[in-house]
Amino acid sequence: MTGRGRVVASGAGLAALVALPFVYRDPYHLHILVLILIWSFAYTSWSMMGRFGLVSLGHGGFMGIGAYVTALMWNHLGLSPWVGIPVSMVAAGALALIVGYPCFRFRITGHYFVLVTLALSGIVLQVITATRDYTGGSLGYTPNRASGNKLLALQFDDKTTWYLIALGVWLVGIVVWHLIDRGMSRYALEAISEDEDAAAAAGVNVTAEKLKITLISAVMTALAGAIYCQYQMFITPDTVSGIAVSLQMVFAAIVGGLFVSLGPTVGAVITILLAETLRIGFGTNAVGWDNLVYGVLLVLFIIFLPKGILGSLLDRLKPQRKVSRAHEQKAVQIARPGA
Amino acid sequence: MQAFLDIFDIYLLEAVINGILLGGVLALLALGLNLIFGVIDVTWICYAELVMIGMYAMYFLVQYYGISYFIAAPLTILLVAILGALLHYLVIAPLLAAPPVNQLLATGGVLFVLQSFATVAFGIDFRNLGIRLPVLALGDMNFSYARLLSFLAALVGMVAVYLFMTRTFTGTAIRAISQDRQIMALMGVDTKRIYLITSAIGGGLAGLAACLLVLQYDVHPFVGLSFGPITFLICVLGGLGNFIGGFIAAFVFAEIISLGGLFSDLEWGYVLAFAFFIVMMFIRPAGLLARRR
Repeated sequence: MTGRGRVVASGAGLAALVALPFVYRDPYHLHILVLILIWSFAYTSWSMMGRFGLVSLGHGGFMGIGAYVTALMWNHLGLSPWVGIPVSMVAAGALALIVGYPCFRFRITGHYFVLVTLALSGIVLQVITATRDYTGGSLGYTPNRASGNKLLALQFDDKTTWYLIALGVWLVGIVVWHLIDRGMSRYALEAISEDEDAAAAAGVNVTAEKLKITLISAVMTALAGAIYCQYQMFITPDTVSGIAVSLQMVFAAIVGGLFVSLGPTVGAVITILLAETLRIGFGTNAVGWDNLVYGVLLVLFIIFLPKGILGSLLDRLKPQRKVSRAHEQKAVQIARPGA
Repeated sequence: MQAFLDIFDIYLLEAVINGILLGGVLALLALGLNLIFGVIDVTWICYAELVMIGMYAMYFLVQYYGISYFIAAPLTILLVAILGALLHYLVIAPLLAAPPVNQLLATGGVLFVLQSFATVAFGIDFRNLGIRLPVLALGDMNFSYARLLSFLAALVGMVAVYLFMTRTFTGTAIRAISQDRQIMALMGVDTKRIYLITSAIGGGLAGLAACLLVLQYDVHPFVGLSFGPITFLICVLGGLGNFIGGFIAAFVFAEIISLGGLFSDLEWGYVLAFAFFIVMMFIRPAGLLARRR
């Protein structure tokens, strides 16, 4: 596809997506679409780090902060989500910097980075559970229904409104992805993921570049959590935070394809449709089946198709680009500690 | 003795000793994971889920088939050992040349599989063995026999592994491979076989831990999440692959959880332990006992 054809195609696709809820109004299908868009945004946020070998299992923590800070400020302080969401994003960003700076400064990479971030999402989950007097613990938490202005409270009963909000947020995620993909940071981070010492020697500020991408990724994940909370109006520690959510992000991003902008979106479509189909097909018997299929797929994908569905498809369509993308086969690789 | 006890707050002492007992089981869990990491250079994210399967095996053997605990235990250990070898053969072996993070994520997929397999097969009910061991009262302090037994069994298990690693040919080969995995193949050691054996031993240790944990905790499909993360953190804190470091770290962690739980909720004990872990990672990134470079 030429550059011009590409712009026309994405413009037409976008117009179709915006027009969709005005033509097609089935509330259940719109609900699924909203969920797909919100989770796509979260998965896209994760893959911004993941594609450069910064595999984080702490994103469940950032998402939990986004959801809980927003809801707590609304219920306890009466602050509108318009204030709460930016505050929650700042909080997640600050946490990312506090944990990220020493991690990158002291060269914590590979297994060690994964496990430090795992501890981070563990902490957030336990804090939410432990402060059950405020957060409702593992029983979950519901933001109070707004009595007055719906817009101020960011609570809408209308699925179309939510669809458009989710679409906008998702689009922001894709645009940020492309901005990074086009920018200098991408080259710096790719160099870092191949060999940190060599990148540093070539004049890349390793710590600053990694911090930048971590900050962007964490802040966006917090936004996803806040939007999810506002849409569902019910959150529990297990659905928005913790290790299971973190693994789910990794899984969807890998299945869809880490290295292409729409990969995480494809991952979200596949995982959510799979879960819904199983839920409808098997009813209450389906408890657990979706994760069983996820798990088997995840293992198979990592063994046989590490670039994901979309990534592999695109490669097949464009064999001439294969050479320039060859490094991505191992771009998930991280410098081993001590190597 | 009484005068000695009076110096300390009795509850503090009880918490400290309970921490030591908890540390024994954590050390056993960490030992299995460390063994796998040290030899094969892979982190089994799903390690705690193997323990969970083992706990279900114990539950069904003892409760459903009415087999005595002491006969069921070796069967369970054998079963989980086979599972460990299978995990290596089916998932890890094809990925040995892949980047380490891919191996880690593949075992993350196995975590999903095992967890949801348990949900599908056994439902989400909490089940327990129904064996209630008496409580040992020492002065004003209470300790459960289950914990004491676990602690002792964990110690015995660890000594057995130590003897196996130092006194047998296979054990020596395992240790040699962990030092240099390329050269050992040239020295006539079948690395594939050694990897399988190591995975089976790691699985067996998970099985032993399952036999002990089932005495203290109810089993449900998500029980792995309650001690899985803490096990990884212990291994990393001790230095992945470093057996002695893992052993010490297990007791440090257990004390933090136990003492944190004494002053506040148990969750805050975990929060403290996690926070301690993150701080320690910055002070000693390669583990407690790592030599400074």
